Amino acid sequence: MQLDDLKALVAKHIGARKKIVLRTCMSAGCMSSQADVIKRNLEAEVKAQGREAEVEVRRVGCMGFCGQGPLIGVDGLSAKEKLFEFVKPTDAPAIVASLQGAACDVQVGNPDHPFFARQMRIVRANGGIVDPERIEDYLAVGGYQALHQVLTEMQPSEVVDEITTSGLRGRGGAGFPTGLKWGTVAKSAGAKKYVVCNGDEGDPGAFMDRSVLESDPHIVLEGMAIAAYAVGADQGFLYVRAEYPLAISRLQTAIKQAKALGLLGGGIFESPFNFNIDIRIGAGAFVCGEETALMASVEGKRGTPRPRPPFPAESGLWGCPTLINNVETFANITAIINRGGAWYAGIGTEKSKGTKVFALTGKIKNNGLIEVPMGIPLRQIVEEMGGGAPAGGHIKSVQTGGPSGGCIPAAYLDTPVDYESLTKLGSIMGSGGMVVMDDATNMVEIAKFYMEFCMEESCGKCIPCRAGTAQMFHLLEKITQRRGTARDLAKLEELCDMVRHTSLCGLGQTAPNPVASTLKFFRSEYEALLQPDPFGPRPSVTTQSAEPVTL
Amino acid sequence: MKLRVATVWLGGCSGCHMSFLDMDEFLIELAGLIDLVYSPVIDVKEFPEAVDVCLIEGAVCNEDNLEILRKIRERTKVLVSFGDCAVTGNVPAMRNPFGPDNRENVLQRAYVENARNNPGVPKADGIVPRLLEQVVPVHEAVYVEYYLPGCPPPAARIKEVLVQIINGQAPLLTGPQLKFG
Amino acid sequence: MAAKTLIIDGKAVSAEEGATVLQVARDNNVAIPTLCHLEGVYDVGACRLCLVEVAGSTKLQPACTTKISEGMNIQTNSDRLRKYRRLTLELLFAERNHVCAVCVSNGHCELQTLAYSLGLDHVRYDYVFPKWKVDVTHRLFGMDHNRCILCTRCVRVCWHIEGAGTKNVAGRGATARIISDLDQPWGDSESCTECGKCVMACPTGALFHKGATAGEMEHDRDKLEFIVNAREKQQWLP
Ligand SMILES: Cc1cc2nc3c(=O)[nH]c(=O)nc-3n(C[C@H](O)[C@H](O)[C@H](O)COP(=O)(O)O)c2cc1C
Ligand code: SF4
Ligand code: SF4
Ligand code: SF4
Ligand code: SF4
Ligand code: FES
Ligand code: FES
Repeated sequence: MQLDDLKALVAKHIGARKKIVLRTCMSAGCMSSQADVIKRNLEAEVKAQGREAEVEVRRVGCMGFCGQGPLIGVDGLSAKEKLFEFVKPTDAPAIVASLQGAACDVQVGNPDHPFFARQMRIVRANGGIVDPERIEDYLAVGGYQALHQVLTEMQPSEVVDEITTSGLRGRGGAGFPTGLKWGTVAKSAGAKKYVVCNGDEGDPGAFMDRSVLESDPHIVLEGMAIAAYAVGADQGFLYVRAEYPLAISRLQTAIKQAKALGLLGGGIFESPFNFNIDIRIGAGAFVCGEETALMASVEGKRGTPRPRPPFPAESGLWGCPTLINNVETFANITAIINRGGAWYAGIGTEKSKGTKVFALTGKIKNNGLIEVPMGIPLRQIVEEMGGGAPAGGHIKSVQTGGPSGGCIPAAYLDTPVDYESLTKLGSIMGSGGMVVMDDATNMVEIAKFYMEFCMEESCGKCIPCRAGTAQMFHLLEKITQRRGTARDLAKLEELCDMVRHTSLCGLGQTAPNPVASTLKFFRSEYEALLQPDPFGPRPSVTTQSAEPVTL
Repeated sequence: MKLRVATVWLGGCSGCHMSFLDMDEFLIELAGLIDLVYSPVIDVKEFPEAVDVCLIEGAVCNEDNLEILRKIRERTKVLVSFGDCAVTGNVPAMRNPFGPDNRENVLQRAYVENARNNPGVPKADGIVPRLLEQVVPVHEAVYVEYYLPGCPPPAARIKEVLVQIINGQAPLLTGPQLKFG
Repeated sequence: MAAKTLIIDGKAVSAEEGATVLQVARDNNVAIPTLCHLEGVYDVGACRLCLVEVAGSTKLQPACTTKISEGMNIQTNSDRLRKYRRLTLELLFAERNHVCAVCVSNGHCELQTLAYSLGLDHVRYDYVFPKWKVDVTHRLFGMDHNRCILCTRCVRVCWHIEGAGTKNVAGRGATARIISDLDQPWGDSESCTECGKCVMACPTGALFHKGATAGEMEHDRDKLEFIVNAREKQQWLP
C-alpha cells in the first residue's frame, strides 16, 4: 500500500459518513452500564424514526468523563458538540427525537466544564472520537502518516533524535528519558532486537492504559512500529493483562486490519522495513509490569524480576537488545513525529515535557480520565477539574503513584504536577493513578491498604520484600487495632528504610513509600493509635534505640 | 552489696537450669558473689522486690507465665532471656502454627488421645493455669535486656554471661556462643 | 581478558574482567555473607545478604551478580550493611518455623551459622508461625517447608546440574514455595532422578536424607563443585 492508496481509502470512508453522528462510548466503564444495549437501541430508533440517511451511530472509545457515563456525544447538530450523560437504554427514543428539536430530559453535560476545558489531549486525542474497531476511522484522523513519514523521509537516528528533542519521559512510572532509551537500544549490537509495549497496568484503580488500548489501539501500534524502525527491531510484543478482554480483542482486530493494509507485517509501505506485533496475555500479577519480570513472562517463564544490569536495552528478550516502553509512552510518538519534537518540548515544565493522563478517583465530584499538561498545579486538577470533595467534605490528601507512591497533604495542593516535584514530596508520578481523600479518611488505614497490596503482589523472590512487606503489614495491623506501641512504630520505620534499600526490584524498593509519606505528613494519626508500653524498656537501665540491642 | 539474682522457670523443660547446675564448682564461687533471691532451686514462694538480674528460662505459654513475668519485669532491673525457649519460643511454640484451636488440640492429644489411664483434660480454676492462644518468646511479652541463647546454653556460656554481669559489664557473647539450638 | 583494578574495603586489588565482586572479594579473603549463591550454578541475587556499597552509586549492589569495573570502590562491611544483613536474617527467622534444637541441620546450617556470625541473638519481629507441610513422600529424601528460605539453590541444581527439572517455585509473596513437578508430592515425581543434588545444595535443614536425626544432616557441597569442575574445566581431581 502506498500513501496515495491510503488517502483514497480515507476519502471514500469520509464520503460515506452521515451528517449527524451519535458517538456512543463503548469502553469498559460505560459498557458496565449497558452501553452496548444503548447503542443497539439507538440504531433501532434511528431506523424507526426514519433518520438513517442523516444519522449514524458510532462506537467510540472512552471520552474521559466516565463518572458521568454512559456518555453519548453528538456531532453535526450544532457548532459545539453536545454530550448526553447518565444515558439509560430507555433514553434512545428521546435522544434520537431531540436531534430534530424535540424536548428531551436526558442530562446534558457542559463541554466547557473545566473537566474538559483544562485538558490537553495528545495521547487521548482520538479517544471518544474514532471507532476503535475500524482502522479507517484512525486513518481519517491522519493515522499511520507518521509511520509513513518516518519510513520514507527519516533515518532511524533522526527518529531517535526527534524523540530526544521532545524530552518525552517514560510514562510507566520511573520517567526514564525515552530518547535515551531508544538510542541505547539502537546502538546495542545484535542482529535481532525486540520492541515491547508494557500494558500490564497493575496499580489498583488505574485505567489509563486500558482506556488508550480500548479507545485507540492503532495509536499504540503505530508508535511501536516507529520505535521498531528507530531501534532496528522487527518483532514486537504487546503485553496486556488478561483482565482487559476488551482491550485484547480490539488490539487483535487492529493488528489484523493493519496487516491487511500492509501497515504491519512485511515490507511496510512497500519499504524494506518489516515489523510484526504479537499479543502476550499476562495473568494479572502486578510484578509482571516490572520490565525484567515481564520479559521472563513473555519468554514463557515464571514472572519474577532479575537484577539489573544488564538492562533490557543491552540484554532483554532471549538475551537480545529490547526496547520496553509503556502504552502511554508509545501513544505519544505519532504526535511527536507529526508535529515535531520541539513542539512537544514546548509543553510542560523544564524537566517534564508533554502531557500526562491521570485516572482521577476517590472523594471527588468528577471522576474520570484526564489528560493535562505537565506542571499543572495539583489544585487545578482536584478543585477545578475534579470539582473538589463531594458536599460537606474537605480534601485532606491526594495519593499519586499507587502502591509505589505517597500521599500529598492538602497544604501542598499548589505543587506543580511533574516528576521532580512529586518525588520531592515523597510521592511519585507513577503511571497516573490519582486518588483524592477527604477528612473522613484514616491515613494509617490507607497505608495499610497499599502495604497489603504490595505484600500480596510481592513475587517472593527476595527476602526484604517477601518477608519485609509481611512484617510491615503485620505492624500496621497491630497499630490500627490499637495493639501497637512506640517500639512497633520504630520497627516499622526501620523496615521502611531497609526494604527500600535492599529489595531487588522496584516493587519492594517502593513498597514503603505510602507508609513513609503518611508518616511524614500525618504522623500524629499513627501516634494517636499507639498504646502505652508498661512492660517496655526500663529507661534507667538501657537507652532505647532503634538499633537492636546486641550482645 | 552483692547482686540480687533470680532465676525463673516458665514454659521450658528445665534443661537450662540443669545446664546452670552443670557449672559445677563455679556454683560455690558464685554463691559467694551473688545473693540468689528466687529460683526453682531455692525455697522462696513469692518473687521478691528490687531484684538486680533475673534469668528467665522458658517461653510464655500460659496465663501464669504471663502474670509472673509481668511481676518480674516490674521488680527487676535486668532481664536475661535464658535459653532458646525464652529467646525464640523454640519447641513450646511449635503448637502455634496449628491455628487458633491449637491449645485445645494439644491438650486433647496429650491428655486424652495419648493417655493410658484416666483420659481427660485437667481443669481446676485457680490451680491449673489456662494456656495462652499463642506461645510467645519472653521479649514479645516484656522488654528483655540481654539474650543467652542455646538449647540448652552450655554451662560455659552461662558462666561467661554471669561473670560479665557480676563485673558490672553489659554481657557480650560472640560467634558460636550465640548459636541457637 | 583485561585486568581491572579496584578497591575493596580500602584495599587495592586487581582481577580479571568479567569477575563478580563476590569472586574478587573471596579471592582476596574478604568475607561477604551469602545464602542464595552456590558455587557452580548461576546467581539470582535473591537473598540480598551480599549487598555491598559501591562509591558513586546510591543503590546497594549484590556482590554475587555485580561485575567488577575499573576503579570501582567497594565497601563490604559498613555499619549500615551489617544492620541490613541482621534485619534480613531476622525476617527469615520470623517468616517460617525454625526450631534449631530439633532440626536435622543443627550445627551444619548456613542460616544458623550466619546468624551467630552476624551477632544475631534474638529476633525482634513477631514470629509469623505459618502452617507449612513436611513432604516425606520421597523414598530417600524429605522436604520440610518450615525451614525453607526460598534461596532456589535446589531448583537451580536440579535444572542446571542434574538437568531433571523437578524442582520449581510456585505461589508468590509469603506463600511462595518449592514444588516438585506440577506441585505433586515429591514421591510421585516422574522427573526426579533421585540424584540427591538438591539435598546437597540446600543451605538449611529444609531438604534432608530420610532417617537423619537432629544435627546429623551435613550437606555435601563439595560433591557439587566436583561435578561442575569436572564438567566445565575437565578437572577430575577435587
Ligand atoms: C512492580 C512494578 C510494576 C510495574 N508495572 C508497570 C506497568 O504496569 N506498566 C508499565 O508500563 N510499567 C510498569 N513498571 C515499570 C516498568 O518496569 C518499566 O520501567 C516501564 O515499562 C518502562 O517504560 P517507560 O520507560 O515507557 O515508562 C512497573 C515497575 C515495577 C517495579
Ligand atoms: S522486590 Fe518483591 S517483587 Fe521485586 S524481586 Fe523482590 S520479592 Fe519479587
Ligand atoms: S534450618 Fe537452620 S536455622 Fe532453621 S531450624 Fe534448622 S538449623 Fe535452625
Ligand atoms: S533428587 Fe535430583 S532430580 Fe530429584 S529433585 Fe533433587 S536434584 Fe532434582
Ligand atoms: S529447599 Fe533448601 S535449597 Fe531449596 S529453596 Fe528451600 S532452603 Fe533453598
Ligand atoms: S468509559 Fe465511557 S467515558 Fe470513559
Ligand atoms: S548471595 Fe548475592 S543475593 Fe544472595
